[in-house]
Amino acid sequence: MSVHPPLLSPAYKSTVLRAPRREPIPLPHTLTELTGPALGEGLVIAGDADLTAANGGEAQGQRIIVHGRVLDSGGRPVPDALVEVWQANAGGRYRHSVDRHDAPLDPHFAGGGRVLTGPDGEYRFVTVKPGAYPWGNHPNAWRPAHIHFSVFGHAFTQRLVTQMYFPGDPLFRYDPIFNAVPDDRGRRRLIADFDLSATVEAWALGFQWDIVLRGREATPMETP
Amino acid sequence: MNGFSSGSVRRPRVQAPEATQLPETPSQTVGPFLAIGLPWPEGPLVVPDGTPGAFWIRGDVRDGGGEVVQDALVETWQADPDGRFGGTFRGFGRCPTDERGRYAIHTRKPGPVPAPAGGFQAPHIDVSVFARGLLQRVVTRIYFADEPANAADPILASVPEDRRTTLVAERDGDGYHFDIRLQGPDETVFFDL
Repeated sequence: MSVHPPLLSPAYKSTVLRAPRREPIPLPHTLTELTGPALGEGLVIAGDADLTAANGGEAQGQRIIVHGRVLDSGGRPVPDALVEVWQANAGGRYRHSVDRHDAPLDPHFAGGGRVLTGPDGEYRFVTVKPGAYPWGNHPNAWRPAHIHFSVFGHAFTQRLVTQMYFPGDPLFRYDPIFNAVPDDRGRRRLIADFDLSATVEAWALGFQWDIVLRGREATPMETP
Repeated sequence: MNGFSSGSVRRPRVQAPEATQLPETPSQTVGPFLAIGLPWPEGPLVVPDGTPGAFWIRGDVRDGGGEVVQDALVETWQADPDGRFGGTFRGFGRCPTDERGRYAIHTRKPGPVPAPAGGFQAPHIDVSVFARGLLQRVVTRIYFADEPANAADPILASVPEDRRTTLVAERDGDGYHFDIRLQGPDETVFFDL
């Protein structure tokens, strides 16, 4: 069984008209699938790793550090991977015109950021803990607090968009997006660990979350 | 975050399989607010404006009810015109859909890339589509209607004949037209990677 949620997950209503219904056709891994873009310098600047200092002020909310490593399923670190994040502010409001949630915008919260992983696959962001967020999927629906992550590995096959959650969230059991992941171990892999060692005294709490991309299957197509 | 690096492409290195097998991190939907984090000013430009031989690939994304998908992200990855990956050719494009579900990618036609059983594939572009309501990306390919090589392409041949047209971009104005249908009678062919 795939670790990933099935595209058609009717409890999450938007899947009903958007999930393709036909069986996908197997695609052999040719050079196009086994290579990927180098998305690096020029796209990321130093300040992009800190979401708490927009427009010359400090963001409201619980300051946190989110760090971890990007690995492949063979356990190898993925260096120079582009990691992009975006999230709601501390009040559960996104900086986006479609978001009508009646919670305040925060001019000093950037909303999104990006970094490249280091030589050991490591990444680190400074942000605030996002608030829970109401949505229209079902009556009294609230998303658990989460940070959106977009990650490029080194091949087209290693592209992942996912969400990181926080430990102990009481909303997990009610959330059809989180629960679309087919088994409990998979769901747990979406939840960061509180990390006292990454906590900065009198400044920010630390959370640790590793991201595991699909491995790169070796095939004869690798050498052109 | 102004531009792209034009550095070399990454090529997977052949490594011996290791005993370590980590379970993958599950996918989740990109959600309705991807515009906060993902669009880049030069994202749609696989090649810069004014590049000789460049054209636009345009189309829209629709759901199973025929409604336009206004919050999708289309990403493309392809070889350069000589069939190579790397060098100064970016190869990558990214475009969010607009209020009419439209995307556009500015590129050049890729060259031939080796086929699994020898020979070459027809020119093609790999495509990922992300959207609210898609719990994983969906993957398709763009081929070009004016390519005689399509007739011998092994990937196209693996697709039932009556559905192949969903993978073929047609000539249109200053480029090509390629629509993406997530569902319905004209559902685009999506691939299992």
